Amino acid sequence: MSPPVRLRMRLQIRLGGAFAAALLAVALGLTLALAPAGPALAVQPDEVLDDPALEARAREISAELRCLVCRNESIDDSNADLARDLRLLVRERLVAGDSNDEVRTYMVDRFGEYVLLKPTFSVANMALWFGGPALLLAGGWASWRYVRRARPGAAAASAPLTEDENARVAALMRDED
Amino acid sequence: MIAELGHFALILALMASLAQAVAPLIGAQMRWADWMRVGEPAAGLAFVLTLASFAALTTAFVTSDFSVALVASNSHSAKPMLYKVSGVWGNHEGSLLLWVLILTLYGALIAGLGGNLPQALKARTLAVQGAIGAAFLAFLLFTSNPFLRLPNPPLDGNDLNPLLQDPGLAFHPPFLYLGYVGLSTAFSFAVAALIEGRVDAAWARWVRPWALAAWMFLTVGIALGSYWAYYELGWGGWWFWDPVENASFMPWLAAAALLHCAIVVEKRDTLKSWTILLAIIGFSLSLLGTFIVRSGLLTSVHAFASDPTRGVFILAILVVAVGGSLALFAWRAPKLSPGGVFAMSSRESFLVANNLLLSVACAVVLLGTMMPLIREAWDGGRISVGAPFFDLAFTPFMVALAVVLPVGAMIPWKRGKIGRTLRRLWPAAALAFAVAALVWALQTGRSALAPVGIALAIWIIGGAVIELGARVGRGGLGRLARLPRADWGKAMAHCGLGLTIFGIAALSAWESEAIRALRPGATVETGGYAFRFDSVAPLAGPNYSAERGTFTVFKGDAEIGVLSPEKRFFPVQRTTTSEAAIDSGLLRDLYVVLGDRQEADPSAYAVRIYVKPFANWIWIGALVMALGGLMSLTDRRYRVGAAARRAPSAAPVAAE
Repeated sequence: MSPPVRLRMRLQIRLGGAFAAALLAVALGLTLALAPAGPALAVQPDEVLDDPALEARAREISAELRCLVCRNESIDDSNADLARDLRLLVRERLVAGDSNDEVRTYMVDRFGEYVLLKPTFSVANMALWFGGPALLLAGGWASWRYVRRARPGAAAASAPLTEDENARVAALMRDED
Repeated sequence: MIAELGHFALILALMASLAQAVAPLIGAQMRWADWMRVGEPAAGLAFVLTLASFAALTTAFVTSDFSVALVASNSHSAKPMLYKVSGVWGNHEGSLLLWVLILTLYGALIAGLGGNLPQALKARTLAVQGAIGAAFLAFLLFTSNPFLRLPNPPLDGNDLNPLLQDPGLAFHPPFLYLGYVGLSTAFSFAVAALIEGRVDAAWARWVRPWALAAWMFLTVGIALGSYWAYYELGWGGWWFWDPVENASFMPWLAAAALLHCAIVVEKRDTLKSWTILLAIIGFSLSLLGTFIVRSGLLTSVHAFASDPTRGVFILAILVVAVGGSLALFAWRAPKLSPGGVFAMSSRESFLVANNLLLSVACAVVLLGTMMPLIREAWDGGRISVGAPFFDLAFTPFMVALAVVLPVGAMIPWKRGKIGRTLRRLWPAAALAFAVAALVWALQTGRSALAPVGIALAIWIIGGAVIELGARVGRGGLGRLARLPRADWGKAMAHCGLGLTIFGIAALSAWESEAIRALRPGATVETGGYAFRFDSVAPLAGPNYSAERGTFTVFKGDAEIGVLSPEKRFFPVQRTTTSEAAIDSGLLRDLYVVLGDRQEADPSAYAVRIYVKPFANWIWIGALVMALGGLMSLTDRRYRVGAAARRAPSAAPVAAE
């Protein structure tokens, strides 16, 4: 059996245990707002590629791939066995000459979009990516209207202060110092 | 016996909270003064009873009473005392009890400190606070009773997750809860004001200290959690955009927005509906966070299904509290009178922009956190939303906020000139550009992150200094010392934000790392430092065994120090943790982690070494922010009730 085939079989076995692992992670990890996810020595020395440029690309890609059995951790941060297998797989593809995008596509083909920590710009993810900017525009427009209406002279000319209000201004001004 | 007393006290606390929720509300509606007065003793009683219950649970943990199920599954007799105590809230039931304890504490504080609040407003506020308390006490008693006994107690306990056996657990959750439960006070005030139909400058003055205190604690809590992750997890990550982290970050953003718009209500009597809405949203996000963490919904849909009662119960609380308050808002808010006038370029407009940016940033975090769940319900699509998304989608709003901040902080109220304010700020802008250019030139070929971050930091801090200078005028140091503490607080909080931005940018851009398999005696160089791996020796801890490595660090020929990272094995839970060794400094942290023995070469160990420039400024900045909050809080104008003494002269703006 060639090493990649063996690696892939191991991956399948591990993913079978993913459900149990997820439950375990919940049982262990959920006790706190910031429950740490695990002691880590994520990237092992024997994984590191000799070519620093290639290794840098591997790190960049791994930071955006999810460790499928972990709580929201990238394979670059996780010390799970599965994460190690995926890191090796990424490096194997890079050594074989894949571009960064080809490696990502390769991973998505096998594990689904779930493996990407940064979802694609697809139609289904429109709300996710454009929700913020859309809200900014809508909120900006509403604020603009509000502020315009609040301009002096926008509605009725601002009435002179009443005696009561004058007293209050004086009280506030005293407070300023 | 003590556990039963604790359980009984908890039941009584529920009764007291129910009384607190009902009587004052009826009293305020019918104008029965004696019914309204019930709120105060009831709030005090609920707190004392919850405290007694908490003390009972703590006693069970400290004395290792393994007949209590919770103690048996989360403690161990050999655990150090600090972790026996902090273990009380290192689990679901105990942490909820702490949550309720803090909630009732705030209720008691409103009762005790709010002596000058108008009676009806105080009664209604206490009633809302009591209702929240009753809901959570019921949740605790019916789904998560911490005092359940075991028929056959084990000889020893199951121990606490070793990752939680850290001083971080002792301090991080209490501060975090003081923060996000503290937002319940602003919520209660907002709902009370809506019932009353009256919001005015005096109301804003009463609410602001509570919101400020909550925000301050939340800042400290989040910073502590982040620092804990930094040293405990072993690769120096300090923020992961994890759903559970986001759950604490969203209320922080909302509270920051609330603080700023409450100033507008207080000083200019405008933006009232929005302030009320933010107070509701802030605590709603706290509840949502509690729901996310306690139900396990976002970590795994399966965990939610495995114990649906808890999730459904909190969901019900969430729906009633959020739905009810928003419905009340929709009904009452239109009746609130619109406020004073202001020009397009004014402090008010800039604070509107501040609120817009903070709210949108908060919404982005909410979208990212909830989207995997929404997609799964919508079309069954399984997606992950992690750090790379948030870095890209969240950061632009913070950058925009940093750009407008110094201008907004300085422009006059009501009517100002942006050009004039910018002219006064030019030294800060010039310095920011100059330093950014210098950094850009020095670091050749790296990302623009560091120069941009540093420019923003200088712009914010420089702006705060110039503003303080402008307030002083020609008055000299004497006048500087006499400035109101609120002005000092504002400048400090803004400077703190600048420092945090600086730390984040510098650390993210300039970190260097080495991952090697090392034999004792070998040396690694990274980030301008040389690390010599001297030896590994076994070590026995109180409830673990460890291997301790020794590294000597050199810069050039000079010896900087010795670092001793450990790898600990906890036999009870059969878990290994790694304790990083960190040499902390203002300019850089040296961070060394000892890993496993190598299979290929048994005399070699996997070792990770990092040089992290300016890392500590991230948390120093957060602490300075919190200190700024504390400074404002001690301003005499915000002493609770200060406004009430003037209330008769402050013309209330009635809704009817």
